[in-house]
Amino acid sequence: MSLLKIFRKGIWKENAVFKLLLGMCPLLAVTTSAENGLGMGLASTFVLVCSNTVVAILRKLIPPKVRIPAFIIIIATFVTVVQLCMEAWIYGLYQALGIFIPLIVVNCLILGRAEAFASKRPIIDSAVDGLGMGLGFTLALFILGSVREIFGAGELLGFSLFGAAYQPVLLMILPPGAFISLGLLLAIMNRFEAAKS
Amino acid sequence: MENPLYLSSSPHIHSGETTDKVMRLVIYALLPATALSIYFFGLPALSVLLICTLGCMAFEALSCKLMKQPLTLVDGSAALTGILLALNLPPSTPWWMSLLGAAIAILIGKQIYGGLGYNPFNPALVARVVLLISFPVQMTSWTAPAPIGSGLDAVTAATPLGEMKTAVMLTGKLPEMATSGFGNYFLGNMAGSLGEVSALVLLLGGFFLLFKKVISWHIPISFIGTVLIIGGIFWLLDPSKYPNPLFHLITGGLILGAFFMATDMVTSPATDKGMLIFGCGCGLLTVLIRLFGGYPEGVSFAILLMNACTPLIDRYTRPKIYGQVEQKA
Repeated sequence: MSLLKIFRKGIWKENAVFKLLLGMCPLLAVTTSAENGLGMGLASTFVLVCSNTVVAILRKLIPPKVRIPAFIIIIATFVTVVQLCMEAWIYGLYQALGIFIPLIVVNCLILGRAEAFASKRPIIDSAVDGLGMGLGFTLALFILGSVREIFGAGELLGFSLFGAAYQPVLLMILPPGAFISLGLLLAIMNRFEAAKS
Repeated sequence: MENPLYLSSSPHIHSGETTDKVMRLVIYALLPATALSIYFFGLPALSVLLICTLGCMAFEALSCKLMKQPLTLVDGSAALTGILLALNLPPSTPWWMSLLGAAIAILIGKQIYGGLGYNPFNPALVARVVLLISFPVQMTSWTAPAPIGSGLDAVTAATPLGEMKTAVMLTGKLPEMATSGFGNYFLGNMAGSLGEVSALVLLLGGFFLLFKKVISWHIPISFIGTVLIIGGIFWLLDPSKYPNPLFHLITGGLILGAFFMATDMVTSPATDKGMLIFGCGCGLLTVLIRLFGGYPEGVSFAILLMNACTPLIDRYTRPKIYGQVEQKA
């Protein structure tokens, strides 16, 4: 498989959210705005690229029986790095994402790629896979965050879209809004995929 | 019959009851309450009713067309959902909120699950709760009734339950209106959503449905009974803080909910025992939300929560198959 192919499958064909429905917890919890979604997605992407690389480097040293704890320690290391960096430089976003930053450790997408891809593949492939998967995840978080922010607050990335007369649908930025909009998005996507094939 | 030896499995006798007949009867039963709400609230109420009903029918037709299903408009279920939704909204609801409510009820509350018979939640209540959570200001600005011909203008007023909640939160005591002289609420002289105004007229409609055997007594009686008993226990404990159980009965959407919405055949249990459990659960949740919750009124939340429990209740109240003997271990 060429590097480009590895990269591209994470964006769409095996998109973690829209195709595999992985990483639902951060997806549903933090996508109250496009900005939060983007921040969460990029933080996860950083962790995913780094953990995939390190797991690939150490793949021959890690004994198979303790591979999961080893992966978790690697992932937790990078999550701590991300958390401290965000606390230092982007404090607003750090506060908005709250508990969901340390919870990146248990994002099943990241552990899943370590187990399914990085522990069996060369270093470069694994890093590219992490980047593709991470950006695909970011894309999904951004789309969902945008939809919810547009309807739930009448804004996109903080810019008012419809003027003052618009009554925001508060439900969309509350938890039910996450489920409803994700379900509708998936339905629309499946509809178009079905029409294409 | 072509083949005299042709055999089909049971049931062999059809009661003649069809979906559209049931829906029509429920709509008839709601007509007095609907008419009275127009009398009390005038043109705004009429426009909410029309937008909700026509909106629901339009969205039903649209979704049938989109999904290439046969048109199910004739069974009247969409119109009924529209009327129930309107009865759950304040008379001052702006037109776009009524229309959005209709879209949510039909598209998200019903058609997404596959249409009538497959929806786990009562569509009209789904729409009401979505609107209540999304637009708390518009959904809780009530107007006092101004009967046609009385020459009164619409005045903003609190619902009896809302007034009670505010007073209890602020002073820890019941306001005066909740302890005495609330009898005229029975006829409908209070602020509230379209269908909350008159307990008397709603009761008439409810008895009509009972009489016509569209609904059975189990859910309304157990629902209202539980509210009266639990409300009564709290009232006996401290009459200065908790209202008379009759106050619970007459104000708010209890009667509308117990007779017309909790009894929705699709979203309530199928057996008598299950219906009793369902009704008691609704009643318990209603009182708890009214007395201790953040919202003044809990009927719609209670019914939706119990809708979610319906499959479980059905599972544990399944009747024994005739002739089957339980094996002793």
